[in-house]
Amino acid sequence: MIAVVDYRAGNLTSVARALHYLHQPYQITDDPAVLERASHVIFPGVGAAGEAMAYLRQTGLDQQIRSLVAAGKPLLGICLGTQVIFEYSEENETRCLGIVPGSVRLFPRTLQQEGPPLKIPHMGWNEVAFTKPHPVFENIEQGAAFYFVHSYYPAPDEQAWILGWTDYGLRFCSVIARGNLVAVQFHPEKSGRPGLRILENFCRWGGRDAE
Amino acid sequence: MLSKRIIPCLDVRNGLLTKGIKFQENVDIGDPVEAARAYYEQGADEIVFYDITASSDGRDIMIDVVKRVAETIFIPFCVGGGIRTVEDMRRVILAGAEKVSVNTEAVLNPRLIADGARAFGSQCIVLGMDVKSVKRSAVIPSGYEIVIQGGRTYTGIDAFWWAKEAERLGAGEICLNSIDADGTQDGYEIDLTFLISTNVRIPVIASGGAGRPEHLLDVLTRGRADAALIASMVHYKTYAIPAIKAFLDRQGVKMRMQW
Repeated sequence: MIAVVDYRAGNLTSVARALHYLHQPYQITDDPAVLERASHVIFPGVGAAGEAMAYLRQTGLDQQIRSLVAAGKPLLGICLGTQVIFEYSEENETRCLGIVPGSVRLFPRTLQQEGPPLKIPHMGWNEVAFTKPHPVFENIEQGAAFYFVHSYYPAPDEQAWILGWTDYGLRFCSVIARGNLVAVQFHPEKSGRPGLRILENFCRWGGRDAE
Repeated sequence: MLSKRIIPCLDVRNGLLTKGIKFQENVDIGDPVEAARAYYEQGADEIVFYDITASSDGRDIMIDVVKRVAETIFIPFCVGGGIRTVEDMRRVILAGAEKVSVNTEAVLNPRLIADGARAFGSQCIVLGMDVKSVKRSAVIPSGYEIVIQGGRTYTGIDAFWWAKEAERLGAGEICLNSIDADGTQDGYEIDLTFLISTNVRIPVIASGGAGRPEHLLDVLTRGRADAALIASMVHYKTYAIPAIKAFLDRQGVKMRMQW
């Protein structure tokens, strides 16, 4: 069973609908026992880092997410879920879960690419350049496009965590992978067939980066 | 690099797909869920649904359409038409829409934008603007006036001012529809699109007037639109989305070419 972590951060039904479409049994939950029992955990989310972290702390989910990752359970972060596993986010100046060394930064207002200033949020389809193969991204073409919507971007301290890069005026890390942890800044559940393939690969994944 | 988006727009009335010209003479032409599935498979980057149903019974039919669409396609889609309250937004979003669009309702009650953005995030709130070209005046310095109620009512509101105001209130995107161009298939209103798109920091979707792929090229380059809405040119199968995208790609417009 796949657990989709419910931490009051936006609408989780689109992730659930994609899992349903893929015939993957899932549960949207904040129940520690269910999270413990789950074979895989998806940590999605849309919204602001400050509020999300406040809720995670208040419910103790922060500790549980950390220990699930430490225990080796496959975990997929999506969008805000990806951002809050960092140490710090510039959004609401938030201290986050600290699972990935590094921080989450606001796109500069002066961002430019070939002329006019770029719009913020970064919204729409953009490409991911993968640095190496990974089981969760099997059969995903180099340069495949995914749907993004965000104003802050992940900036890991260590190269070792970076699996994919995306360009939006600056080059940012859009895919993170290490051990049993995979995290994406885009929305696989809204990225058509390549996105669904990532979710499907994740659900089958044993949690090791090279198999 | 971020791609420009091609967005088919489906007008839905009582659960059926329709397309009108200058807001008149709507003709029912099919099932919106099937149309959405077809466009999804052809590489549409997003889909917009406008519910033009008059009765409140019809609204429930629309929610059902939204739920069925959400189980069928896995790209973002937006629903507009008849959304008057945050509660209306919530129903559509919980049914599976990524975004909601407000138009007349936001002009009559601008707080709807701010309240919606607070409840669901700016990325969910699209401001639909229906715009008519008018004589420049002290009241309408840009020469573009906001019209509401399907183009029937002039508001005395300048479109340039309203776009900036909506951004300030928390709109995450603007869908900019030229009433003069809508349904003509003679091309988008390029000057209007350029004016708005270069003066806000949120994405602008150009709407109204698409008849040929060249029109999209024009509005995505000279007009600086972030996305282009299309309707008749694909609904009546004059053009197919893959061919439109291939044309734009060849012309150097960044497109998502694999799906």
